[in-house]
Amino acid sequence: MSAHRVVLVDDHELFRAGVRAELGERCEILGEAGDVAEAIELICASEPDVVLLDVHLPSGSGEEVIAAVRERAPGVRFLALSVSDAPEDVIGVIRSGARGYVTKTIAADELADALGRIAEGDAVFSPRLAGFVLDAFAGGFGGGAALTHGDRELDQLTAREREVLRLIARGYTYKELARELTISVKTVETHVSSVLRKLQLSNRHQLTRWATERRLS
Amino acid sequence: MLRIALVLLGLISSGLAFAGYVLAWLFIVREGEQEPIGKRATGDRRGIMVGVALIPALIVALVLAAVLGAGWLGSGAWALFVAGAGLVLVYRNAAEDERAAMRRVAEPLWRLSSNRQRSWFVFTRRIVLGAALMLIGLAFLVSGHRVNLARAFLGLVLIIAGLVIVFGPWWLSVGHELVDERQARARAEERADLAARVHDSVLQTLALIQRRADQPQQVIQLARAQERELRAMLFSDPGADAARDESFAAALRRIQQEVEASHGVPIEVVVVGDVPLDGRFAERLSALLAAGREASVNAAKWSGAPVISLFGEAEPERASLFVRDRGGGFDLAAVAADRKGLSESIRGRMSRCGGTAEIRTAPGEGTEVRLSVRLEADRHATTDRRAGTAP
Repeated sequence: MSAHRVVLVDDHELFRAGVRAELGERCEILGEAGDVAEAIELICASEPDVVLLDVHLPSGSGEEVIAAVRERAPGVRFLALSVSDAPEDVIGVIRSGARGYVTKTIAADELADALGRIAEGDAVFSPRLAGFVLDAFAGGFGGGAALTHGDRELDQLTAREREVLRLIARGYTYKELARELTISVKTVETHVSSVLRKLQLSNRHQLTRWATERRLS
Repeated sequence: MLRIALVLLGLISSGLAFAGYVLAWLFIVREGEQEPIGKRATGDRRGIMVGVALIPALIVALVLAAVLGAGWLGSGAWALFVAGAGLVLVYRNAAEDERAAMRRVAEPLWRLSSNRQRSWFVFTRRIVLGAALMLIGLAFLVSGHRVNLARAFLGLVLIIAGLVIVFGPWWLSVGHELVDERQARARAEERADLAARVHDSVLQTLALIQRRADQPQQVIQLARAQERELRAMLFSDPGADAARDESFAAALRRIQQEVEASHGVPIEVVVVGDVPLDGRFAERLSALLAAGREASVNAAKWSGAPVISLFGEAEPERASLFVRDRGGGFDLAAVAADRKGLSESIRGRMSRCGGTAEIRTAPGEGTEVRLSVRLEADRHATTDRRAGTAP
């Protein structure tokens, strides 16, 4: 398998240098960008497999980059990265189309793993994100009543999906998770992708409200 | 109601009631100008504009009255003017259904006022009008050969009206400026506060980190502590404030904080749901948390793992804790007998409160401690010992 082609978008040069050093041997790093405009140009010109995207950028947000690139290079996938675990950041960037979310404290091996997974079209949830999603879907987005916008299927996680998310929140890797549930890693990936899809399609208003309440509580 | 009554009274008697009303109106307007709330001020500005719009008609009538020597026309004009202004105020404060009824009457006046906004023509006219009003008022005051209270009063009212017309907008803008200035000051204070906090925390920590660069464990510890503090400040992370420890989630973050501080191993905490600690199941929850803390400390001390995962979930019927590390693990059968921490602090604690404790480990496999208590009343069991041991 050839190395995945990666673009780094982060406004902290030091951080980019660190990631480049850590990933240099495992991925092909096509370039780095430090702000929104630069990132959009670079990504559209180089069409990488994965963009490692900081949620917060000077002059804008990661969401803007995703929105702009989606029109010009729909094949590019995004792994969002942030120092903050603020629910609205996480939910916002996932909803705008990132296929995963990790925090900057992630270990190099896990980051390389996550990038590979995203490049192959799967989703990557950090334990924190798994916790958020469980919370959001279980608590009916803070409003008591579960999500109701017609498509009930979409508003609920299946028992299996909840189990998978719980294990991710408990710190299990996909491999450990698969062993624990005696299913294949591929099946784990399918479950996570399905949760991602539900998250991206669920009622935006309720989700935002949930995130705000969660933050204020 | 009072206003309507006053207006009606004015229409009939055209006497002192108007003057009183106008005074009251002016007073209200001035109150509005001092109001720091911009909305109210704009509302009142509109009122003034309408008043201004009415005044030319009044003056024409007054001049006509003077020229023709017909006193009745003059007093009639006053009555109309005051009634009009009163109506405007009534309209502005009326309920929606009443407004609908009055809208037809008010329509031309609104149009008049909105057509006149923001033009030099209006500005000069305003000055001229105001000055004219004041002059007329003065004339009223000085020219009276004999003492005439009503006349003197009218003069006074006219002067005040003139003042309001000339200076009203200026007063308004001064009011706005005051509000803006207050907001700007608040923002500046906020910035200064933030700068002070950043200096006290972040800069100090960075300095410490530079000085201890050769002690990675301490650097990690410093960085983690600083991270928590910043998070608490930026995102009002509920658990980071040690003073508030009344919920499950807050207590877990407290465990994270303390174990990280004393053992230097980062703990990744994820909490789903929350439950207050002082409710019906206070004892069970505190047993769960105590066992969870013990498990976290064990993991930090013995596992050798670089990071520990602590996952807590509060569901309506149950609360669970999972403490997991990818460290060395151990042979459960071999150590369980002599390690008091495990048998007593974790298993014993959980079984005493009717909860469960499960430990999954093997050499080289890492460890996971799974703890859970029920948050439902169980009538047939005698596990609720709150009366016996509660502090």
